[in-house]
Amino acid sequence: MDRQAYSQMEQQVTPKVPLGLNLMKAFLTGGIICAIGEGVMYFYMYFFDFTERTAGNPTVATMIFIAMLLTGFGKYKRIAQFGGAGSAVPVTGFGNAMISAAIEHRTEGYVLGVGGNMFKLAGSVIVFGVFSAFVVALIKTILVKFGVVGW
Amino acid sequence: MVARGVIRFGSRPAIRAVAVAAGPTENKHSPFSLQFDRLYDSDLCGQKTNEQAHRKLIEDACGLALNKAGKTISDADYLVCGDLVNEMTPSNFAAATTGLPYVGLFSACATSTSALAYAALLSEAGASTLVLAGAASHHNAIERQFRYPIEYGFQKPQNAQWTVTAAGIAAVTPHEEGYPSIRQATIGRVVDYGLTDPLNMGAAMAPAAFDTFRRHLEAAGAEPEDYDVIITGDLGAIGTQLFRNMASESGYTVDGDRWRDAGKEFYGEDPSFFAGASGAGCSAAVYFSDVYNRMMEGEYRRALLMATGALLSPLSFQQGESIPCTCHAIELVMGEGESR
Amino acid sequence: MMASFLIAFVVGGLFCVIGQLLFDVAKLSPGHTLCILVVSGAVLDGFGLYEPLIDFAGAGATIPITSFGNSLTHGALQEAEKHGLVGVITGMFEVTSSGISAAILFGFIASLLFRSKSRP
Repeated sequence: MDRQAYSQMEQQVTPKVPLGLNLMKAFLTGGIICAIGEGVMYFYMYFFDFTERTAGNPTVATMIFIAMLLTGFGKYKRIAQFGGAGSAVPVTGFGNAMISAAIEHRTEGYVLGVGGNMFKLAGSVIVFGVFSAFVVALIKTILVKFGVVGW
Repeated sequence: MVARGVIRFGSRPAIRAVAVAAGPTENKHSPFSLQFDRLYDSDLCGQKTNEQAHRKLIEDACGLALNKAGKTISDADYLVCGDLVNEMTPSNFAAATTGLPYVGLFSACATSTSALAYAALLSEAGASTLVLAGAASHHNAIERQFRYPIEYGFQKPQNAQWTVTAAGIAAVTPHEEGYPSIRQATIGRVVDYGLTDPLNMGAAMAPAAFDTFRRHLEAAGAEPEDYDVIITGDLGAIGTQLFRNMASESGYTVDGDRWRDAGKEFYGEDPSFFAGASGAGCSAAVYFSDVYNRMMEGEYRRALLMATGALLSPLSFQQGESIPCTCHAIELVMGEGESR
Repeated sequence: MMASFLIAFVVGGLFCVIGQLLFDVAKLSPGHTLCILVVSGAVLDGFGLYEPLIDFAGAGATIPITSFGNSLTHGALQEAEKHGLVGVITGMFEVTSSGISAAILFGFIASLLFRSKSRP
């Protein structure tokens, strides 16, 4: 059997991704996580001196704290198996990527293991975030200087 | 020489005893767990790291196999085994503990049969009276190396497979009546059909399994019906289906219970393990428990063990390479199976 | 207030649907998907579109990883407004420090407290 015939057969036999169901589960999971985030935000706005704009920071930190507990007790991977991108896209997924790597590499010591591997998965997000933000901000600053656009 | 890559063992080396040590998930979810010799209730097996636990499983299986053969470590001549961790350190450390002359073999998940072939050659050459041969894997140690940290959340597809935590070791001796003997080995070629999805290993490995299957049968002059069991290593549900399709398209009769797959059966086809089990310990654990026991009980007289291995590394996968695969076959006979 | 929860749910959910489409249709790895989303967040803020979304959806826009890209650009632009081109580099982490510092901190704490366990 040649490669092409095999590849056709492989595509027939391998189960199709249940796209509709996966999208629904991602929507539900991500939606719930964001609704919880909204609740946390209100908490900071009512009980502390935060505004709608500034409450984002403590909210993100709190969500990552929750992600730490769920990751540590082995629940986050279960949520992820159900929710797919619904648990990966929110900042809790970013937290999970860093926290799981930190837990995993504890056996190689705190410096080489935890410190050295914490950004193993999440590092690329930071790299691309920073670089794209730099490019975008640079272009915009230059455009403003030449008076093409305003701030 | 029978055919290229095929070894016929005139002396019929015997598998005198077998032993399997496994982890907690296997204890809880594997229908074969009753036939395993030692089961741990923690992933760490009382050690500090996953890799140490991995080593412990191999050491345990070696000790248990010797015990069951009624031998001690001083009766053994060689240790031939392998695993999937970088540079196979768990096997290396276990070899240091046993103090035996040691050959580390890397055939990925096909190591159980490549180790048997190597051990049989040592015995055939008269170089050994007892070789410990086998393979092992440890879920946590392997997953974190090949995929993601254990607690990292990502959605596995239905064709994913679950790496087992187990070590299986066989004690191979010169021929002895009353024990399964090794008649023929077929060393696998490396087959690459260009598949690249590391979460669909069964599909990548099936062509390698079929290649070895065809070569083994042609060299043996046998038909599938001549065997009581043809058991692949860890093709899983998807790979098994593909392997059978390839076989029947080539005119072989594929029927019922004769065709088994250790990976597909390992967790009782529980959907929470997706397409089934994988890992070097998967085929070793099933061959060196269920299949061996059935041979000893006389249910199987002639068995074809075909462990499959995906020879990728995290690096080759990230560089966009395809997954080269292999499959090594071992034919065991017992009693009247010899005359078939 | 109920309405704001609903909006956060729907908008946050839609971000995740985009992520799932990148997983299942574009067949991208989680790493690639998250990088694309972060870059889109940074670009959206360049056009001044992300902040209005936060005003509208609250946590529905601040919790998805796109908001990380947005805050990086936002910090850079704020500083650039004050100090010119140098601000592009110095302002980057001005706004978004909490996500990364929390993840580092809790990651480290988790490594002290937890061990990973294989469970199906």
